[in-house]
Amino acid sequence: MKWPAFGYAKASSLADLWRLQAEHGADARILAGGQTLLATLAFRLSDPKLLIDITRIAALRGITLADGVLRLGALTRHADLARDPQVARHAPLLAEAAPLIAHPAIRNRGTIGGSLAYADPAAELPACILALDATLILASPAGERRVAARDFFTGLFETALRPDEIILAIEVPVATDATRSAIVEVARRSGDYAMAGLAACLRLAGDGRVETARLVYFGVGPGPVPAPRAAAALEGRAPDAATIAAAAAALAQDLDPPADLHGSPAMKLHLARVLTRRALTRLATPTEIAA
Amino acid sequence: MMRITLMVNGEPVTRSVEPRRHLIDFLRLDLGLTGSHAGCEHGVCGACTVRVDGEIVRGCLVLAASLDGAAVTTIEGLTDTGEGAALQAAFIARNAAQCGFCTPGMLMAAADIVQHHPTATRAEIREHLSGNYCRCTGYQAIVDAVESVLEAAR
Repeated sequence: MKWPAFGYAKASSLADLWRLQAEHGADARILAGGQTLLATLAFRLSDPKLLIDITRIAALRGITLADGVLRLGALTRHADLARDPQVARHAPLLAEAAPLIAHPAIRNRGTIGGSLAYADPAAELPACILALDATLILASPAGERRVAARDFFTGLFETALRPDEIILAIEVPVATDATRSAIVEVARRSGDYAMAGLAACLRLAGDGRVETARLVYFGVGPGPVPAPRAAAALEGRAPDAATIAAAAAALAQDLDPPADLHGSPAMKLHLARVLTRRALTRLATPTEIAA
Repeated sequence: MMRITLMVNGEPVTRSVEPRRHLIDFLRLDLGLTGSHAGCEHGVCGACTVRVDGEIVRGCLVLAASLDGAAVTTIEGLTDTGEGAALQAAFIARNAAQCGFCTPGMLMAAADIVQHHPTATRAEIREHLSGNYCRCTGYQAIVDAVESVLEAAR
């Protein structure tokens, strides 16, 4: 279907954005890469009167490293995540996730801020930033505030963003020699939303045992779903086959997947367990660690 | 209406567009460049793949109004400059059209592989073209065609 009629304005700065938002209120929607918003408008899922294009706002751009934190501007595109050397080095999980998101032509436009603000339950980046224990910097006319990723996703397509707020940047603690990360998913077709997926971050002790684990599943709940019991099954132990099996078994207490187009709750739990074994086996393999 | 000036296939164009006009309708209906196809019109099929500022995009997910100052290249542009000639010849030689509706988008995506991933394997070619799967099946001849162009260039 064609898009409904709407107006279009380019915001040149945050101040310009606040002015446009104040003028148009709830009738205005923010347009970044547009790869979700414009697709949903083709289905007439919403009827905004004005799209405010934020892609020219310099304050939303850039990838910078300072004080052990990699700061990603909200307009960082998936294609940037895939090829930026700082992301590859300091947040390899995001570099690994990027090629799983849609297709090259979409990755050239879609942004990390857009993906997080939309909060699709089957999307990769919400799960990644949760697994990375990242922090979102939100901005509004009243100023900035910081929200931990674990407090940001509040429900199905719902986030902690207030009506007048936008995501300014995402701050990711940098990877260290002790951290390991992986993202794995099952999709019907390369680039499709995942039937089930897992973003995993481990911190290993010097003796190879798991110190801390964050396992975050996607496509199996109303948003990215952390699995604290499966993580607890890993912590303090060497990530051998028995430990991994225990984590996979514990998943039944962490996940309660709804049935969807792809399959039943039992099938989704099965996929989550398969992905758990795949990711953790890979992270526990010394050749992978060396790589 | 919004007035925009941009380069399309190397030529300056100025038009007034409605904000709701997407890039493909702009190309097809306002400029008469019907090589780019409007398929699903919600970003899934890839038949609308064109270049904006040197990068492939979904033309159906881009507002024409947002492109003031941009440079757009379509399949007509690839044909005019000869950049697409080897791919087009390989598609013909291997009968890689399938039903043909996806072909312009396939060629734009394939040209992106030639430009940015000249050492791509068959699996990588398939991965890159996965955003252009439409309604047919197989895509074997298309992968063959792209692979033959990459090999010939090595």
